[in-house]
Amino acid sequence: MIIKSKPDIIPSEITPKEVFDNRREFIRKAGLGLITGIAATASLLENPLKAATLNDKSIIIKPPGAHPKIAGYAKTIYGAGEKLTPYEDISTYNNYYEFGTDKNEPALNSKLFKARPWTISIEGEVKKNKTISIDDIYKLAPLEERIYRMRCVEGWSMVIPWIGLPLAQLIKWAEPNANAKYVEFISLADTQQMPGQNLQVLDWPYTEGLRLDEAMHPLSIMAVGLYGEQLPNQNGAPMRLVTPWKYGFKGVKGIVKIRFTEKMPLTSWMKAGPSEYGFYANVNPLVEHPRWTQSSERRIGGSLFSGRIKTQMFNGYAEQVGQLYAGLDLRKNF
Amino acid sequence: MLNLNNLVPSKKQLSWIKSFVFLFCLIPVLRLFYLGLQDNLSANPIEFIERSTGFWTLLILLVTLSLTPIRLLAGIAWQIQLRRMLGLFMFFYACLHISVYLWLDYSFVWADITKDIIKHPRILVGFAAFVLTIPLAITSNNAMMKLLRQRWKQLHQLVYFIAILGVIHFWWLVKKDIREPLLFALILAALLGIRIYYKILAKQRRVK
Repeated sequence: MIIKSKPDIIPSEITPKEVFDNRREFIRKAGLGLITGIAATASLLENPLKAATLNDKSIIIKPPGAHPKIAGYAKTIYGAGEKLTPYEDISTYNNYYEFGTDKNEPALNSKLFKARPWTISIEGEVKKNKTISIDDIYKLAPLEERIYRMRCVEGWSMVIPWIGLPLAQLIKWAEPNANAKYVEFISLADTQQMPGQNLQVLDWPYTEGLRLDEAMHPLSIMAVGLYGEQLPNQNGAPMRLVTPWKYGFKGVKGIVKIRFTEKMPLTSWMKAGPSEYGFYANVNPLVEHPRWTQSSERRIGGSLFSGRIKTQMFNGYAEQVGQLYAGLDLRKNF
Repeated sequence: MLNLNNLVPSKKQLSWIKSFVFLFCLIPVLRLFYLGLQDNLSANPIEFIERSTGFWTLLILLVTLSLTPIRLLAGIAWQIQLRRMLGLFMFFYACLHISVYLWLDYSFVWADITKDIIKHPRILVGFAAFVLTIPLAITSNNAMMKLLRQRWKQLHQLVYFIAILGVIHFWWLVKKDIREPLLFALILAALLGIRIYYKILAKQRRVK
């Protein structure tokens, strides 16, 4: 009797010859595929990687001298003894979400932005609505250089030689009426020119606000230039707010509208994160932010080993602005 | 039909793959040195290095966590042999990340560091993730595996928790534009989801 034993391997399980031969090829392809996949993901994802390719300074930076010079501004005593942050750093490390949320994106994405001609409209609690061109802003009051420290809520700071006019001069010209208690500043909304606005990261247009007495304070300026030249687009051309005792996000850029109000305006960042960003946004090392240390800061332009510096109350302008907040609980009104 | 189980690299091929992965994992750190020498680390180099090393820590962690889902889905298992190396590279980048934070960012001023950790949930979560990674790195060798046996597996399941903490740490860093941490979160959710799905499947089979 012949007993037929079942074969160990059923034919369907035998690897076809061509597949077997293709093994090396497959591994090679799979390996390559995996690596390409990871590399592609990585280069898409990693900010610094993007930054490295785009950071090529020759491509993105218009060096000092490339923007029109501002003639006849007065030097002031502000910022005496401070070491200026290099122009290159000021013009490539920007928070200007209208042009992208990475720090290097505004310099890249604002190249085609048209800052002239430009008109600013004045409305709200005023004698009458009016408009003013940027060229007339330049003539409204003598321009001054103000070297101010700028402290970002993210824990870094710069020293910037702004050129601008006291905001008080502009407000006097605007003629607010007796109801005006606050000033609201509104940026341009234009998805064509500002590609970052296609992303709803903030409620566009960007708005900021000040109490009228804060706006009238001699430290508050409308900046139109830096380092002796007209503002680069990424720094807020043609005109931006600078209030050096407040966190940098108060410095609304590309202003098209100034509105006087009776009630405290709701700003873009207050809407985005009411527990993180208050109306006042005064630099205060004693009030911690949920994300970033506010008791110390990194001064941009130092070396890898420079360490942090202590953040000062009102960014070191307490003597000038402290009295604005007498009796106000700064912990609640952050 | 193509049977993936037949496509197992030989010993020699595997050692080539390993060398290649090893070199690939070194690229991010070499790149930082290269950019540093070119003075091309942006206006805020410390933040740049912190973010870069953090990014690679998380990415390598996700790659490490994808080896098992590949086995479950495709039925191939040889890639599991890359797991230890990848895990240790993740630890390597985590060490770089925290060193930059402690040394370059905070100059070892412990009072400030402690305050930063306590006051900011983002830092606390990241710090916790790092601390939990240390025992995994220490017990990553064969001797420890043998010594701990069943408990080794339990201990190394901590990696899932570490990955979740890592993604939260990244998420809380971002102010408004959450696209990147969201992508990390979705990938992690998929990688963990696949594991859970197969676990449930196996349980059901046992019941039958």
